[in-house]
Amino acid sequence: MVKVPDTSTPFFEYAPAPESRSIVDIKPSYGLFIDGEFVDGHGKSFKTISPSTEEVLAEVAEADEADVDLAVKAARRAYTRVWSRMPGSERAKYLFRIARLIQERGRELAVLESIDNGKPIKESRDVDIPTVAAHFFYYAGWADKLEHAGLGANPQAHGVAGQVIPWNFPLLMLAWKVAPALAAGNTVVLKPAETTPLTALLFAEICQQADLPPGVVNIVTGAGATGQAIVSHPDVDKVAFTGSTEVGKAIARAVAGTRKKVTLELGGKAANIVFDDAPVDQAVEGIVNGIFFNQGHVCCAGSRLLVQENVADEVMERLKRRMATLRVGDPLDKNTDVGAINSAEQLAKIRELSDIGEQEVAGAGERWSPACDLPSQGFWFPPTVFTGVTQAHRIAREEVFGPVLSVLTFRTPAEAVEKANNTPYGLSAGVWTDKGSRILWMANHLRAGVVWANTFNKFDPTSPFGGYKESGYGREGGLPGLAAYLKGADA
Amino acid sequence: MARIDVKKTYKLYIGGAFPRSESGRTYLVNDAKGALMANASQASRKDARDAVVAARKAFGGWSGRTAYNRGQVVYRIAEVLEGRRDQFVAELRASEGVSASKANTAVDAAIDRLVWYAGWADKITQVVGTANPVAGPYFNISSPEPTGVVAVVAPRGPLLGLVSVVAPIITTGNTCVVIASEPHPLTAITLGEVMATSDLPGGVVNVLTGSAAEVAPWLASHMDVNGLDLTGVEDPALATSLEEAAADNLKRVRRAPLVEVDWLATPGTDRMTDWLETKTVWHPIGI
Repeated sequence: MVKVPDTSTPFFEYAPAPESRSIVDIKPSYGLFIDGEFVDGHGKSFKTISPSTEEVLAEVAEADEADVDLAVKAARRAYTRVWSRMPGSERAKYLFRIARLIQERGRELAVLESIDNGKPIKESRDVDIPTVAAHFFYYAGWADKLEHAGLGANPQAHGVAGQVIPWNFPLLMLAWKVAPALAAGNTVVLKPAETTPLTALLFAEICQQADLPPGVVNIVTGAGATGQAIVSHPDVDKVAFTGSTEVGKAIARAVAGTRKKVTLELGGKAANIVFDDAPVDQAVEGIVNGIFFNQGHVCCAGSRLLVQENVADEVMERLKRRMATLRVGDPLDKNTDVGAINSAEQLAKIRELSDIGEQEVAGAGERWSPACDLPSQGFWFPPTVFTGVTQAHRIAREEVFGPVLSVLTFRTPAEAVEKANNTPYGLSAGVWTDKGSRILWMANHLRAGVVWANTFNKFDPTSPFGGYKESGYGREGGLPGLAAYLKGADA
Repeated sequence: MARIDVKKTYKLYIGGAFPRSESGRTYLVNDAKGALMANASQASRKDARDAVVAARKAFGGWSGRTAYNRGQVVYRIAEVLEGRRDQFVAELRASEGVSASKANTAVDAAIDRLVWYAGWADKITQVVGTANPVAGPYFNISSPEPTGVVAVVAPRGPLLGLVSVVAPIITTGNTCVVIASEPHPLTAITLGEVMATSDLPGGVVNVLTGSAAEVAPWLASHMDVNGLDLTGVEDPALATSLEEAAADNLKRVRRAPLVEVDWLATPGTDRMTDWLETKTVWHPIGI
C-alpha cells in the first residue's frame, strides 16, 4: 500500500512558459471559403472566442441555405469538370503538398488551435497537428492506388461529400474527413464547429497556397442550421458527421429514403478496465491519459474506470496522487496538462452532470478533485473523480464530455465485460493486465470499435476508428476509412 | 380408393421451434392457379418480439463459434437442401407457377449459393481485416465482427431470394429475424425445416410469415435489433418510414435495391460486409 501524500500543495512550482502568440495573425473577420475564394455570406455572423480568456478572436460568417447551395454547386462543378477527371497520381500530389504545408505551418496551426479551442499547446503541437499532417500523407498515397483497395478494378468516388465536424479536435477531425474524401476523388463541403472555426479557415488558406483547384474544398462556417443545410442538400452524395449521438440520429432520419451514403462517428462511454495484475503506475498513467487528455473532450475517453475490487484502494490512492500533479491553466503554457473547457455551454453541461453525480454517490462514495487554482477568466473545470458509482447512475451512463471519471469495481473478467458492454455506446475500451490470453479474451468480448490494451487514446492514420451500436457506423482511418468514400460493389 | 394425403400445417419458425402465431391468426395462401395451398400463420408484433429475443439469445453462441464451424453448418444446410430438392421444386412450381426447368434452376442456385457463402466463413476476415502499420511501437490489427441481430424483409423469390439474403448474415456470425415473402410464405417455412435439421442452433434464423407492412415497423423500431435489411420492401414510403424508425438506435440499414436484383448472378461481398463491424486492437510492443 502506498501512503497518500498531502495533495493540497503541488509537488513542484513551475514558472510560466508561454508559447508566443505572435506566430498567428488572426483577422478581425472571416468569410466563407467557396470555390477557392473567401466570400461574404448572405447570413449573419458570429463571434469565436478564446475559451481560456473569453476574449473575442474574430467575427465569422454564418452560412445560410443559399451559401451552402453555392458551396455544393462549386463542389459539384469541381467534381465534374476537374477532380473526377484528374488522374489519381495528380490528386495525390495535391494532397502531399497540403501535408507539407501543414508541417511547414505546424506551429502556427498549433498555437491557433490552442487559442480557439482551449487545449494545451503541448497537445496541439505534439498530437493534433502532427497527426493531421500524417493523415494527409497517408491518404495522399492512396489516391493513385484505389484499384488495390479491394473494391474492384476501378472504384468510383461518391461525388460531393458533405462533412460536419466537432470542436474537440478541430483540425484533426477536418483531416479525418477531407484527406480520404479527396484521395478517393470526391470534392467536399465542410462545416467546422461554431466554437472552433479558425484552423479550418487557415486550412482554406493552405488549400489556396497548394493551388488546389477551386471548389474541391469548400469551408462553410456556422452552427446547427448550416450543418442541417449541408446534410439535407439534395446534391450531396455522401454525408460524414462526427459529433453527438443525438444529432447523429437526426441525420440518420434526415437521409432516410435518399440514396445518400452516411458515416457517423458519435458519442461514447468507454470502460477502462484495470485488472489486479496490471502494472499499477502504467495503468494510472493510462487512466489519466484516458479521461483528462484534451479536458475529457474526447468521444472515446475512458470515462468509466472499472477496477478489480482487490486493487481498487491502491489504484485510487495512486490515481489521486497523480491527479494532484496535473497542471490546469493557460493553454499556451508549455507545462499545461489540462486546458480550458471549450465553451460556457459545455461547462454548464459538465457542472450539471457532476452535481447530479454528487447526489447519486452520496453515502456510497465521493466526488473528488485535487486542489488547483483555476483562472478567474474563461471556462474551467478541475479534473474530477467519482467513487461509489453504480451502473444505474447517470454519471456512469451519460457522456459528460469533460474531465470527469466514474469509478466502478468488478471481481471477475466476465463481470468486467458485462459492465463494460452495458451501455448503448460502443466506441472504445481499455484493458490493463499483464496476462496476454486475458487481453485477447477481453478484446474479443468487448463490443467496441477500438480496444486499447495496456495503452489508451492512441490514434494513427493507418488505424481504423469508429463505433459499434449507438456510437455510429463506418470507420475513419486506414483502408476502411478510404472505402467509406468509394462506391462499393453494390453500387 | 385414392389415398387421402396428409397436409402440412405451416407455422412460424422461432428459436428452433415451429410455433403458431400467438395471435391465432392465419391467412390464405393460394397456388398460382388460385387454388388453396394452405393457411399460413400471420405473425404479430408479439411474434416479432419473441423472434428478436430468440435471435439475441442465439447471438453469443453463434458469433462465438469458430469461423470454420460456421462454414460447416452453412454447408450442412446446403447438403440437407440438396436431399430435399424435389420437394422444393414441387413447392416452387405450385406456388409460383413456374416451369420445372425454372424451378430446378432456382433450387440449384439456392444450394450453390449456400455452398458459396459456406466457403466465405473463414475467409472474409482475411479479405476485409487489416494489419495496420502505425507510426509507433504498437501491435495494431483490425478484424471484422458480426453486428448482432439483423431484421430482414425478404425479397419475393421464395427460395433463392431468401437464401441469398439470409446466408451472408449468418455466415458472418449474425443472427436474424426474417419476414418471408408475403405471397410465397410456405417455402420459407419448409426452408426452416431444413435449417432446423442442419445443426444450425435454434434462434440463429427466425422466420415470420404474414404482412411485412404490419410486422416490419416493430422490428425497425426494436431497440435490441442492430441491423435492418430492406431488400424485399417494394413500397418506397414504407422503406423510408422503416429507415427513419431504424435511426432510433442507429441500426445499420441496407436500403431496398433501385433495380430488380438478378438473384442468379454471383453476389459480391457487400451482403456480408453490411453486417460486420471493424474492431481495432492496440497493444504496445516492448521487452
